[in-house]
Amino acid sequence: MSASFSVEVVSPESVLYSGEATMVITRTLGGGEIAFQAGHAPFLGALDASHTRVFLADGAVEDIAVHGGFVEVSNDKVSLLSDTAEVASAIDVERARAAKERAEERLRHEHDAEATAALGRANARLSAAGHS
Amino acid sequence: MAGGTERALRSRIKSMQATKKITRAMELIAGSRIVKAQQRVQAAVPYSEQITEVVRDLAAAGASSDLPLLVGRDEVRTTCYVVISADRGLCGGYNAGVQRAAEGEIKADVAAGRGYTVVPVGRKAEGYFRFRQYKLGTAFGGFSDAPSYADAKQIGEYVVDLYASGEVDRVELVYTRFISAGSQEVVLRPLVPLSADTVAGGDGKAGSTDGSGGDYEFEPDPTTILETLLPRYVEARIFAALLNAAASEHAFRQRAMKSATDNAEDLISNLSIVMNRARQDAITTEIMEIVGGAEALGSGKNPSVRYVDLLGESLVTSPETGDN
Repeated sequence: MSASFSVEVVSPESVLYSGEATMVITRTLGGGEIAFQAGHAPFLGALDASHTRVFLADGAVEDIAVHGGFVEVSNDKVSLLSDTAEVASAIDVERARAAKERAEERLRHEHDAEATAALGRANARLSAAGHS
Repeated sequence: MAGGTERALRSRIKSMQATKKITRAMELIAGSRIVKAQQRVQAAVPYSEQITEVVRDLAAAGASSDLPLLVGRDEVRTTCYVVISADRGLCGGYNAGVQRAAEGEIKADVAAGRGYTVVPVGRKAEGYFRFRQYKLGTAFGGFSDAPSYADAKQIGEYVVDLYASGEVDRVELVYTRFISAGSQEVVLRPLVPLSADTVAGGDGKAGSTDGSGGDYEFEPDPTTILETLLPRYVEARIFAALLNAAASEHAFRQRAMKSATDNAEDLISNLSIVMNRARQDAITTEIMEIVGGAEALGSGKNPSVRYVDLLGESLVTSPETGDN
């Protein structure tokens, strides 16, 4: 079992998650998925829409849909800052699915950055909620 | 005539009581919302603290600091004032306070030959500045009670665009800071360009204590991160201001409505006294009239019963003498 460190997921309206974890997996902009464990070197990155997983010390996994933002790692503390982030239990699966269909429909006709972003968000939500 | 005054007073008291009920309800509602608004202010603190920290760390780590949002312009010709007010009135001097502060700054700018743009947030400020024909940018409103982050984002994007396009050289926030339920103050805070001391140096955490200051890994590179981060930082600042303003608005409204309720109570009790006196007067006058009338009827016919009228026995006899 690896050592634990503190994790905070913060959105402007509230602190979504705060606690101890052994590993955090998220996705940075352009860099793909990245995992942090205790003792990680100081790191700063911009986040992509992703299904972020926080592995807790007791083996449970906290699923959080994070839509953009930043991650800072320093002194064994991981902070995720996000405009919008939702824990799995707060995700409206039906709505996310509808959003995904709408985005896919639009992407069939034209390539549109907004639709791509919407699709990314919908996928992150569905994946975090366990309906990929 | 006397009965007329009484009726008029009675209806005034009734309407006062109705008003009191309304102001009392508004007072209670505002009071309960203060607590909620205060909690939202608290909940937003971690995010703005963290984002400030990240900006500092980035600057300490040597991210390019010549981004337009960081570097002020040499010559400030136009200032943009984001004035945060309420959407509704009935909140004492709340709206007047921010409007006056903003107006003072604008007048100083005009006197110094500089330009300005007002970005009113909240319908009251919009009405105020539009009526006085100030130069307005886009107006925002409809969310002063409970602002969401999306609202802050809209305003943030707009002012950052305004700054980037060179239309304005500086953006200032005018809002009411919430200190406690009992005290709030109107403040003027520079928003863009970001003040140098916010960004200057690290906060020590990433600094030289363990020599890890420059050891940050970045993904993507620091300048790109800073570029995406700064607009967020502006939004977070605006969001914090909106939340402060909302909490202050509720506090102001509660105070205003409390004094309105107290005043209504005073008025009701004063008017009740006046009304009771008027009623008493009316009754006295009526009795006098009756007595006078009875006197007029009785006089001349039977002067002997005149002075014993109020004694029981003569009351029986007097109608008989009257009928004769």
